[in-house]
Amino acid sequence: MKDASPAKPYALHLGVIALLFALSFVLPDYHHGLLARIMVLAVFAMGYNMLFGYVGLLSLGHAMFFAAGLYGAGLAVIHLGWSVPTAFASGVVCGAVLSLVIGVLALRTSGVAFMIVTMMFAQVFYLVILYFASWTGGDQGMVVPQPARVLTFGATSLDLTNPIVRYMSALTLFSVVLLITLAVVRSRYGRVLVAIRENEERTKMLGYDTFSNKLAAVIMSGTICAASGAAYALLFGYVGSSFASVQYSILPLLWVLLGGGATTLGPLIGTLFMYYVVDITSGYTSAYLLIVGIALILLVLFFPKGILGTIRHRWLAWLP
Amino acid sequence: MHFGPHLLLAALEGFVTSAVLALTALGLSLVFGVMRVVNVAHGEFFMLGAVLAWAISTAISGHPALGFLAALVLAPLIVGAIALVAERLVLRRLNYNPEATIVATIGMLYIIQQLALTFYGPEARPVEPPFSYRILLPWFGYSGYKLSIIAASAFLLLATWFVLTRTKIGLVMRATQYDSETAQAFGIPVDRVYAGVFALGAMLAAVAAVLIVPISQAHYLMGQDPLLLSFIVVIIGGLGSLRGTLVAAVLIGLSDGIISVFFSPTLAKIIATLLVAMVLVFRPQGLFGTASR
Repeated sequence: MKDASPAKPYALHLGVIALLFALSFVLPDYHHGLLARIMVLAVFAMGYNMLFGYVGLLSLGHAMFFAAGLYGAGLAVIHLGWSVPTAFASGVVCGAVLSLVIGVLALRTSGVAFMIVTMMFAQVFYLVILYFASWTGGDQGMVVPQPARVLTFGATSLDLTNPIVRYMSALTLFSVVLLITLAVVRSRYGRVLVAIRENEERTKMLGYDTFSNKLAAVIMSGTICAASGAAYALLFGYVGSSFASVQYSILPLLWVLLGGGATTLGPLIGTLFMYYVVDITSGYTSAYLLIVGIALILLVLFFPKGILGTIRHRWLAWLP
Repeated sequence: MHFGPHLLLAALEGFVTSAVLALTALGLSLVFGVMRVVNVAHGEFFMLGAVLAWAISTAISGHPALGFLAALVLAPLIVGAIALVAERLVLRRLNYNPEATIVATIGMLYIIQQLALTFYGPEARPVEPPFSYRILLPWFGYSGYKLSIIAASAFLLLATWFVLTRTKIGLVMRATQYDSETAQAFGIPVDRVYAGVFALGAMLAAVAAVLIVPISQAHYLMGQDPLLLSFIVVIIGGLGSLRGTLVAAVLIGLSDGIISVFFSPTLAKIIATLLVAMVLVFRPQGLFGTASR
């Protein structure tokens, strides 16, 4: 891999963030709201990409990390009356702890067993949410009340239900995670992760502790996903068990595959593209799962590198 | 009802579950054993079997047994054909790469499920059992049809075992499972064996579904539970081991039946799933399997 000057990628990423910022003032209401949601879900995809794209570990259970953040934040607001920042922190911490536990257990396996184990842990998490329906609301879910979703700094208060505030909060989270991802990927540690993906045995032989490197990646990935879940609960005010179901473990995989695994901007592009495809087709048919299924098969058959992966392969080798 | 008869009833229900589960899991285990493909769409082949059984038995008028028999023959054949097409069009082109095939079978899962919802609808529909004879025990009457499920499943399992261990086809399959490259070098058409095994796996799931549909109901989401339970059975029994699959199916079916009678089914599922995940983490070769080569 050729090491290009750091200026170009950073300029590109800051450009993307600036573009998203500018879009806030020109988009019509409907797309404005949709884009805020897409940015939060793109954070979920970026967290997934950290593990799947860079380390090559295919997890089928990331919905549990998203849901850990979602419930960690949502339940703290609903049952404990915590304020927005502490609830967000609570969601992130829940995700970090859960990913530590899951990482220690699941990383004992590899390949197909890793996929099945993560899927089963996520299923347990989902069933636990249903089992404790009196606190979690079961499959009905719960609404986070509007008065609780206000961010107060001394005298000024920001209402997260206000579209502009919501968009900017989503953009802030998205930007922070994007820049963190970029920094991690370009660091020495990021190179070690890619080395593990390409040849774990050789990396081990070169003296790297692959287990703790992978564990750190699982925790980072799980924590980012939890941050996305916590933001979703606070910004959109709904906490429900469907976000913990298998489907929400598959969706980030689809978004990352579509946008391009192991590219920093791929998750955003994949989420954006898929969200609009589903949004447009749902105007004609309710069969959006059919489109998800066909997209998965076509991608894996003909486009295993995704959109950005192909662009990088053909034209822009410096793309991070 | 006293505790003893209650337990007997739970055990009988458990055996019926085990019988169906053993067939479904055997299909999954064969596909994984021979092809090294984790077929996430396996539960959907099960569901297709049930939905087709409903379609066929309602299309044929006359005695319910007639429609049921037609379904028992036709539904697995149709499902097998669909699986064959899916294998040729998708899995073969992926060179049976384990991770890519999981993603592709997830895609198939969504496609089949959505098509079932579109063409069959969200309702749960019953299929009339071929006969409704009740066996009267001293404490309660028990459906004769349910007992016949156990017999039918035992017969099919024996037949599969016979084919696998006593015939040329079975030998070819086992050779492919053991070492596909050497098998290819010895002139075994590995490619066609794969296609056949994938279709056979789907057909086993479909037969299981046709057997169960008169006592449960056909529904487009019914594939989820059998998929999870089959995974559990295959993992506990050790991948690719016929005997292990059978023992594990009886174990899981019985404990599922008994736990669900006395405790909440959600709790039973939580415990079972967690235990199995732990088995996979700490004993990846399964409880009955031997260490992998």
